[in-house]
Amino acid sequence: MNWKRSFYATAAVGVPIIALLAYGMTRDPHSIPSPLPGRPAPVFSRAVFAPGIDPTLRMRVGDTVRLAEHRGHIVVVNFWASWCLACRDEHAQLSQSAQSYADKGVRFFGMLYNDQPSNGVRWIAQMGGQAYPALVDPGARAAIDYGLYGVPETFVVDERGIVAHKFIGPVSFEQMSVVLDSLLKANGTWTSDRGDSVSVRLNPPSMQSEAKP
Amino acid sequence: MGVAKAALRRALMLALIVVAVDRADAQSANATAPPTAKAGVPAPGVDAALDARVKAIASRLRCPVCQGESIQDSPAELSAQMKTLVREQLAAGKSDAAVMDYFVQKYGQWILLEPRAEGINLLVYWLPVAFLVCGAGVIVLAVRKWTRPSTSTADLDAVVPPGT
Repeated sequence: MNWKRSFYATAAVGVPIIALLAYGMTRDPHSIPSPLPGRPAPVFSRAVFAPGIDPTLRMRVGDTVRLAEHRGHIVVVNFWASWCLACRDEHAQLSQSAQSYADKGVRFFGMLYNDQPSNGVRWIAQMGGQAYPALVDPGARAAIDYGLYGVPETFVVDERGIVAHKFIGPVSFEQMSVVLDSLLKANGTWTSDRGDSVSVRLNPPSMQSEAKP
Repeated sequence: MGVAKAALRRALMLALIVVAVDRADAQSANATAPPTAKAGVPAPGVDAALDARVKAIASRLRCPVCQGESIQDSPAELSAQMKTLVREQLAAGKSDAAVMDYFVQKYGQWILLEPRAEGINLLVYWLPVAFLVCGAGVIVLAVRKWTRPSTSTADLDAVVPPGT
């Protein structure tokens, strides 16, 4: 009788704790759910420091990019830094995406995160050029506005100025195409607020963000 | 005796001069250095009340590039930039709650080191209390049981008539 009672008591306490721990095992402790997808993209006004080589996307150094002026276009904002190793992995594919989708009205911008523009220019040259313009972000204001916690992170803003997708970690050409194609197919009739706005974690972003050389 | 007095006086004079030079330095530094980081925003050390508010808010915000550290304690560059932003927003007249809300909008509730007492978060606040109450109940019951006078001998006495 006593055995039975203590068995039930142990089960009553133990099962919920084990269930809680089991649920915890299914979660990635490093993944931060972003509240941004589905919400209006924070507007920014940032100066170009690297022009970009694609004839459609090219801008002059010193020009100002205002997100609000690109309403009606899909805009991809990629946060990167020359000290970020994972940014090297995605660079060529992002440039390829930018060139492939330039004639469909998709605008790509690189946003330098906590880095010197001179380092950024050198890095772009080392990587064999970049299709789209790169912007400076003094004080990481745009980065904080976008809830950045590491680089690379890439935001896709739809024609209405809503954050449609957030990529954490390096993005491949295929992954970018899936998102851009679905937005282009919706062609302005995309009404779901959160339908496509899932934050996916592809690879861990470089957490050595502050360990710059 | 006279020599010691003279030495003491000299030491005192030296201390006074050092203090005076120090103060002059501090004053000239204040005069030459720009008093604000951004127009209208007092730099750290200028407005003690603002500094205290910045510190209080920064201590409650999680550093995004660290592990479980507040932006107040973290030496990371992003933390410093976030603190500057907190200072600017407070100086611009935002309330403490509005500044916290700004960061919650950008990073979600993850940014708060102390979860808000709402929804599922209430478990964090009330579960320990519930455990404490249950534990106290179990202890009270157990103690009662242990200290209850044993009935077994009385029962025996009742069943078995004396003298047998």
